[in-house]
Amino acid sequence: MASRRIRVEWIARMIVLVLVLGLSSMAFASRWLNRSRGIDVHARMPESGGWSPDVLNVDVGEPLILRMISDDVVHGFAVGQSSQPPIDVMPGKVAEVSLTFDNPGTYTFYCTRWCGPNHWRMRGTIEVNGALEIPGTTDPPLYLTLGIDLDSPHEVPVDLVRRPSAKRSAALDFDIPEDYLTRDYYLSHSPYEAWRDLRNESSISQFTDGDIWDLVAWLWASNTTSEAISTGEELYAQNCAACHGETGNGNGVFARLVEDDTPADSSSPDFGHEIVAPTDFTDPPQMMGAAPALLHGKILRGGMGTGMPSWGQIFTKDQIWAIVDYLWTFQFQMEVKP
Amino acid sequence: MVRYNLIQIPVIRTLLTNRWPQLIIRAFALGGFLLAILAGFVGTPVGSRNFAIIIVWIAWWALLIMVAVPLFGRGWCNICPIPMPGEWLQNGSVLRPLENKTGRGLKLRWPNKFRNIWLQNVAFTAIALFSIVILTQPHITGMVLLALILFAVAISFIFERRTFCRYLCPVGGFIGLYSQVSPIEVRVRDTSVCTDHKDKTCFTGNEDGFGCPWGIFPGGMVKNTNCGTCMECLRTCPYDNIAVNLRPPGTDLLQQRGRKLDEAFKAFIMLGSAVVYSVVLIGPWGALKSAAFAVGSFAWWGYAMSFLAFVYVLLPGIFYLAVRYISQNAPGKRKPLRMFTEYAYALVPLGLAAWIAFSLSFVFTNVSYLWPVLSDPFSWGWNLFGAANSSWTPYFSKYIPAVQVVILIVGLFWSITVIQRISGESTLSEHKPWRPWPVIAFSAFVTSGLLWLLVG
Repeated sequence: MASRRIRVEWIARMIVLVLVLGLSSMAFASRWLNRSRGIDVHARMPESGGWSPDVLNVDVGEPLILRMISDDVVHGFAVGQSSQPPIDVMPGKVAEVSLTFDNPGTYTFYCTRWCGPNHWRMRGTIEVNGALEIPGTTDPPLYLTLGIDLDSPHEVPVDLVRRPSAKRSAALDFDIPEDYLTRDYYLSHSPYEAWRDLRNESSISQFTDGDIWDLVAWLWASNTTSEAISTGEELYAQNCAACHGETGNGNGVFARLVEDDTPADSSSPDFGHEIVAPTDFTDPPQMMGAAPALLHGKILRGGMGTGMPSWGQIFTKDQIWAIVDYLWTFQFQMEVKP
Repeated sequence: MVRYNLIQIPVIRTLLTNRWPQLIIRAFALGGFLLAILAGFVGTPVGSRNFAIIIVWIAWWALLIMVAVPLFGRGWCNICPIPMPGEWLQNGSVLRPLENKTGRGLKLRWPNKFRNIWLQNVAFTAIALFSIVILTQPHITGMVLLALILFAVAISFIFERRTFCRYLCPVGGFIGLYSQVSPIEVRVRDTSVCTDHKDKTCFTGNEDGFGCPWGIFPGGMVKNTNCGTCMECLRTCPYDNIAVNLRPPGTDLLQQRGRKLDEAFKAFIMLGSAVVYSVVLIGPWGALKSAAFAVGSFAWWGYAMSFLAFVYVLLPGIFYLAVRYISQNAPGKRKPLRMFTEYAYALVPLGLAAWIAFSLSFVFTNVSYLWPVLSDPFSWGWNLFGAANSSWTPYFSKYIPAVQVVILIVGLFWSITVIQRISGESTLSEHKPWRPWPVIAFSAFVTSGLLWLLVG
């Protein structure tokens, strides 16, 4: 009788042990099983650590399987200069993505959702190892070729009485000289420089200042397409509007969180790390003094200590130009070309 | 009073006397509890997707306050995993008593001066002060659950029986208080049989079962408060003298024996906490939520002190003034402090109704978080039941306010009935139903406040 009781007790103990350990060990079993199914990448707001891990390694041609999960808010994942569509990384949910790279190099992945004030800092790199199939060369950025100093002030004394309009310029009886119509002229001159040059043309001395600005608007409109503006608008809304504002006035949701918009003194420990108020693209003195190459360079390189991130690793050359084209729409009415 | 002994039904008798169903459920509960602790530590920090947060604070809480306590009293205590490892070590077995096996531990007697629920009152309010953080942060929930089980095991090593459950468990105190409304009770059929029984095996145990883990002699039991419904007495009674009765709900509230000040204060703590939670969690005051969340900050200290003052001083204070008014204007047989304790028991139905109404406001709104959490307990990409990607869907939101109103009104009228009955117990003059109007007004005022907070 007693030995039977002890036997039953041992059976009961085993059942308890199996149930208790079985249920609780699910945690370790799932982690172990998941290990072979890719790399877990955790997304957190940059203030809490950003991507983890933020450096990934893979060989050329090998699939890189990522199992992404957000530990706080909604994030997005995209690889810079890639045609891979962005995917959402939802809190507590696993989003799986498989990437294969044809060329070696360092790729940047980044968050595509406005996750917090430091959203733009949320980046990581993918090191793709292997030999280049076709060795290529990289052209230096245009602003360097043209010798433009991105950090020197470029405000100009402009006081517009009306918004320059490409459409209105069609009514003016004037053929713009060929020199102004080259791509090089457009890229290397600010609208103010173009206006000043046109103002000095004796043949149109009868035109008002506003008429000349309309001609500049036409010049700028003739250097873009509606498709490029549309692409730029989309990219701007996704990536720039958080700080620069949807209307371009520099008052985006994150800009409102920037308390001090004064750059720190060079002797200050904060120098180079402070966040200054984003540029107001609707402000004529700011924009009319900037050449397209300068805006392109700012986007490519970043603001260097202003809080403006570098987008060179994220956008393709064409995408950056599309954004530059779109930025001019905050100054010019460019919809109708003559 | 009408009673129906459920033990007469063979299936119920078998289910309650056989040890295996209870053991299997307890083992599942313990496994789930450990899983919740692990999920708290290694699962996603996103509260709405974490197994620990959803299973404990939505699923378990909903079942406890809306089903287990109102219907089965301490039914949860029967299968609660927290004291299990300690009790098994104490007993030296997991199933039934073994011959010559006394288990481990010092088995000391709990000090007399702490044989009340004051420590449980303190433990509940201590946790309540941090609850906004505990309810939302998985790792904090994990730490609290781990601390509870380790503490319970430690107490089992030092003290006899289920000392932790009866005198220390933060939730045990209110489960006991509210178990008085339950329509189920464990009682003896004939007290004279117990009186004549020399061995008192229900208390000391025998080969069929352990002595009452809760340290109660069933022969003297008149209320559910301290009965853990573990069914050991049902197994150890050689005379088949234990009944599991179906009875009119709330019978214990009219039982004059065993009314104590510590339990009276528990009624205020629970009613007051339901009000504070409704203000902080349901109310529109963001600054209050932030203060309750910012543990250690100046604002949090303000919140904590206000919380304590409200449940320990303000509510009981106003209630005492109401009772003193009754005592001065219509003298009864008892002193105001004694009357304060007695009338406080009338707040039990209202308090339980307040907690059910408060819980309704978030349980059905958030229970859909349970499906993905069950499918993917650690947010590691599992999809066990195909619901890992199901989205948040609030259920019955159109009907919840109406149900809350009904529950609160039922709670109020039930409380008023108990107030009038308690008033009738002590009056020297002719019993007048509205004699205790200040206490009735107090209950109505609290109910109005809750209605405004939850539905208004």
